[in-house]
Amino acid sequence: MSRNVLASTLAFSLSFSATALAQDQSAEIEELRQRIQELEERLDSGSTTDPAQSTEVVPATTTPTSSGSAPTSNAFNPAISLILDAKYRNLELDPNTYQIGGFVPSGGHGGEAGHGHGAGPGERGFNLDESELTISANIDPYWLGYFTAGLADGEIEIEEAYIQNSGYMPGLVAKAGRFFSAIGYVNQQHPHSWDFADAPLVQQAFHATNLGEDGVQLRYVAPTDLFIELGVEGGRGANFPGSERNKNGFNAGAVFAHLGGDIGFSNSYQIGASYRETTATEREYDDEDSTGTEIENIFSDLNSKTWGINFVWKWTPNGDPSVRNFKFQAEYFGREEDGQLEYDIDSASPAGTQTGAYSSEQDGWYAQGVWQFMPRWRVGLRYDQLNSGTLEYAPITSGNISRDDLQLLREHKPKRTTVMVDFSTSEFARFRLQFAQDKARFDETDNQIIFQYIVSLGAHGAHKF
Amino acid sequence: MRTFVAIVCVALACALPATASAKVRAFACEPEWAALLDELGGKHISVYQATSPKQDPHRVEARPSLIARMRRADLVVCSGSDLEIGWLPVLLRSAGNSKVQPGQPGHFLASEFVERLDVPEKVDRSMGDVHPFGNPHVHLDPRNLAIIGNALANRLTEIDRDNADIYTARNTAFQEKLSASIKRWEREAEVLKGLRLVTYHRDGIYLANWLGLDLTMTIEPKPGIPPSAGHLADLLSKLKTEPADVIARMAYNEPKAPTWLSERTGIPVVELPYTVGGTKQAKDLFGLFDDTIDRLKTAAGRS
Repeated sequence: MSRNVLASTLAFSLSFSATALAQDQSAEIEELRQRIQELEERLDSGSTTDPAQSTEVVPATTTPTSSGSAPTSNAFNPAISLILDAKYRNLELDPNTYQIGGFVPSGGHGGEAGHGHGAGPGERGFNLDESELTISANIDPYWLGYFTAGLADGEIEIEEAYIQNSGYMPGLVAKAGRFFSAIGYVNQQHPHSWDFADAPLVQQAFHATNLGEDGVQLRYVAPTDLFIELGVEGGRGANFPGSERNKNGFNAGAVFAHLGGDIGFSNSYQIGASYRETTATEREYDDEDSTGTEIENIFSDLNSKTWGINFVWKWTPNGDPSVRNFKFQAEYFGREEDGQLEYDIDSASPAGTQTGAYSSEQDGWYAQGVWQFMPRWRVGLRYDQLNSGTLEYAPITSGNISRDDLQLLREHKPKRTTVMVDFSTSEFARFRLQFAQDKARFDETDNQIIFQYIVSLGAHGAHKF
Repeated sequence: MRTFVAIVCVALACALPATASAKVRAFACEPEWAALLDELGGKHISVYQATSPKQDPHRVEARPSLIARMRRADLVVCSGSDLEIGWLPVLLRSAGNSKVQPGQPGHFLASEFVERLDVPEKVDRSMGDVHPFGNPHVHLDPRNLAIIGNALANRLTEIDRDNADIYTARNTAFQEKLSASIKRWEREAEVLKGLRLVTYHRDGIYLANWLGLDLTMTIEPKPGIPPSAGHLADLLSKLKTEPADVIARMAYNEPKAPTWLSERTGIPVVELPYTVGGTKQAKDLFGLFDDTIDRLKTAAGRS
């Protein structure tokens, strides 16, 4: 049922955009004809006057009004684009058993939430993962509007929907609505612009793949030749590691800084650092005790602090990436959590319900390199590593339960090595083959093969560095 | 948090003396517009050239350094017609500079002032990365530069009224020199009429249209799509039945495919500057056309 509703919604929105597109184009062509006519007239009159006079002939405000906005979007207003992302996965281990050992699930195991969100490689076999619909346009001379929704069976998830003002005060960029938090590099990218078929493990474990915020963000770009950007954001903080709460004001706040520049014509870099704090009033997760009994635990009054650093370096010979280029990126995140943990709320285990102070310190990182060795072809290598770190829990200290009664939070160092090769038929279509050896589970190694295509329909995308 | 606010305040304070600078700061997307700004503004404008002649202007990354330069620009001069669509919008969105947003006097898209060629009847990506507004490489026809020069001079006088007389005077001088040069170039290039030219991309269309050259085919199968081995083989057999006089390689094109074709067909390959700085001789806009015509004549043996 919900599938039908979704299908018809999608069909409707597509047919709508298609007709809108056709109308836009015929209007555009008509407009272009008129403009050419005007220009011809101007040329004719211009050729008979001498150059000094013709400077007066063309007043400075003759920029055709319609074309003023054109180059920032495309032929269509609003700019509409649809990303299709389909995968075939061959997974040695059952994705329903996927877990990042030593870490509280960030929401949705691969098998449960599926669709590439949350942790895990996704489902086995052929899969139409998320299709991504983006609509953006200038709202008026002051605001830009941006909307991206992820469409998958039975769900439409609004990933980003915000308005943005650029330059109300020199260097200031203000954003409000729902947006991907600027705490990390990959976090601000939509899945279609990842260089691998899935997100880094640390991203999955710490930010549930993409940390979105409902709130406001301010960025300030310094007036220097070196790129220096300082930013602050705050908002609802409803997503992992925070939780929904019935409260006025902010439930999450973050500060971030970016610094970047070029070294010669061929090298450019960007360094970023961030810090974010949020709280969770009720954050549940499923675990097992040492006897294998399924239990449910709830964190409350939890304060979660995350800090991160990231680094991106790109090599493009003479600044031109079209033939060969290389990109290196690495990110590190650390997290500290303090609060209360209610163990086994249903009293299903022999030890029964326990409560007490909980604190943990964890971290993780990844590094990856992607090498375009000839036009259209790229190869990439990525290494992921997490450290479950330290955990202190009062009922364990007092001996009421043992360390093994939190099976999922046992000590572990999840690791993953990924290689990929991709081929782009044009700027708008990419085919990728990826192999990963995933040691996120406690004792088992999962060999994962993913074949994927990502194509873009509609407006020409513009990507961040 | 308090420290952060302090940092922002200090940074803002630093911003003030910078914005009080008298010189117009211009951000030129491509070398040809940097050169035109130099002609019109001379030492009264500080010009930042965002791309080098060795870069395909369509495939530039929105690098942090470009955002930093965009942040302080009073005027952005680009080709437009979607040439910079993959990066300019990101710079405009990220730089926090209201002066250069679309619709503002500081936003100048050169191709919008001239008649564009290759405007597609319909836009479909099966035709490759076609630009719905037409071919954006307008600077290779110097008559376009005259029109754009006038418009840009006007824009400069609007942005920087104090130096209006200078821009007007410099533009008059530029226009006089340009119109004399155009006559000379047209005379010199008379022998090139009907020259059958193979280019990599249709970036030579304005040059061809001006000088009466015949752009017979392109090395890339569709705009923005690099040639495959199969396509090159097709080209080779096509060139045997419909020969061309010269294969032109713009400074930013990769040399392999043109050289390969030239070796197998015996058609001479010529490297053209495409823009200012593309060759040693193309030092400014005048050198660009001097050198382009020179090289074509030498390669075609029609000097």
